Amino acid sequence: MANSLLRVQKIDVFYHDFHAVWDASLEVEEALVVSIIGANGAGKSTLLNTIAGVLRPSNGTIEFAGKKINGLMPYQAVQEGISMVPEGRRMFPRLTVLENLEVGCYTPKARKRKDEAIRRTYELFPILEERKNQLSITLSGGEQQMLAIGRALMCEPRLILFDEISLGLAPLVIKNIYQRVKLINSEGITALLVEQDIQRSLKSSHKVYIMQSGRIRLEGKPGELSQEDIRKAYFGL
Amino acid sequence: MLSFLSELKVPITNGLLLGGLYGIIGIGMSMIFGIVRLVNLAHGDLIILASYLSLVTMTLFPVSPLLTLIVVIPAMCVIGFIVQYYLLNRVLGKGMNPPLLVAFGLSIIVQNLLLLIFTPDARTLLTSISVKTLPIGSFLNIPVVYLVDFIGSIVTIALLSRFFNRTYLGKAIRAASDDEGAAQLMGINTKSIYAIAMGLAMGTAAIAGVLVGMTFTFYPHTGPEYLIMAFGVVIVGGLGSLLGTFLGGLILGLAQILGAHFLGPGFQLLSGYLILLIVLTFKPTGLFAKG
Repeated sequence: MANSLLRVQKIDVFYHDFHAVWDASLEVEEALVVSIIGANGAGKSTLLNTIAGVLRPSNGTIEFAGKKINGLMPYQAVQEGISMVPEGRRMFPRLTVLENLEVGCYTPKARKRKDEAIRRTYELFPILEERKNQLSITLSGGEQQMLAIGRALMCEPRLILFDEISLGLAPLVIKNIYQRVKLINSEGITALLVEQDIQRSLKSSHKVYIMQSGRIRLEGKPGELSQEDIRKAYFGL
Repeated sequence: MLSFLSELKVPITNGLLLGGLYGIIGIGMSMIFGIVRLVNLAHGDLIILASYLSLVTMTLFPVSPLLTLIVVIPAMCVIGFIVQYYLLNRVLGKGMNPPLLVAFGLSIIVQNLLLLIFTPDARTLLTSISVKTLPIGSFLNIPVVYLVDFIGSIVTIALLSRFFNRTYLGKAIRAASDDEGAAQLMGINTKSIYAIAMGLAMGTAAIAGVLVGMTFTFYPHTGPEYLIMAFGVVIVGGLGSLLGTFLGGLILGLAQILGAHFLGPGFQLLSGYLILLIVLTFKPTGLFAKG
């Protein structure tokens, strides 16, 4: 097994008074694609947001590249090399496509290599170059998702967190986007995805975690998990 | 008809020029409203604070008020940054009321500090251009100070819009104003971005303060008058557009002077507010609102 890049140990996360994540531990090895699967409200997005620094765990630790990162603000997590494609894409609607990308490499370190990063993003998503001077709000859903991914790539992350990137998109578009994720991963960038679609995740990940009611119920490599166990863990049977 | 139009030349010119001044009074308020989503109730008082800062600088160094901007702009930027970073940022995200109350408290503190230090006497930033007029054609005389106000306003807004469109910081500020959470995920420290935005807004308040001080007399309690003016400009112009704010200023200025022209000087303020009411009724987002 490769080195672990992200190690989450026994964290609990509260949303105000609501105990959203219970005693969750997970490990993401360098250069892998790892997915967290679960139904709506299973706590997977909360877990992802906690890793990104948007939420804070009440206990437990999050280590990234051997360094403890819980308690960091999101902008500090970005500087450490964690980037996130947020749920619902969250474009900057009044900025153009190009400006969205530029803002993506706001950190001083990334800013120096802006032109190179933009070129790479355009290679990955040629449609973004065609649309670079349009306001991002005029893009289609799929294009917006591509822009969100491109924007997250701009700061040259070691780990990208993808929060439900297939939500609300047509199957063909989803397939296309997952192919890009694979391409991104092939460049050595580690990916942690949150997804509701079990089959899609099993097909595209090296390892999956299944969450239900705020707890991780099952983990393993897709080939080694039985359909029966996955179904039980997913629905909490 | 022709004589009617030529009769209107003077009030229209004056209205537009006054509107330019209103534009710069409103621009800082509009920025903070749009970026930080904060109604800065102290905006007018901070403008007057800038007027007094200019006055102090003029007594220390005998220069023209416009030259005091070299001192007043940086001073106001620093004040704005500190006020936002250490005071207003602490109450953001805690509902509507706390930031309003902090800004209101700040307004009271500034007013009374000014009263304490400078006494309630009327002041003005005296300059040779305050009394000069510029003849245009044979029957139109423009007060030079109005022209300076107008040009100052245009230059400021042009520079600001360049800053927002061309620089990294400007784009980051716009991104934070679109979606604070997403901006943080891009590595942007939105709290310090807000402080920088307030610093910039206070930079424009510094310019507004000096221009206001050159154009009108001011007292420690004049701030709220300009706050209301700034409110008007923001409402008429709409959020999120620098040009809209400027045009909002022009409309308000025109409405006031034309109202005074047709209905008598007593109706100057009222006619401005009538326009405000009409805009609020038919286009509550403002005439030039973006997005």
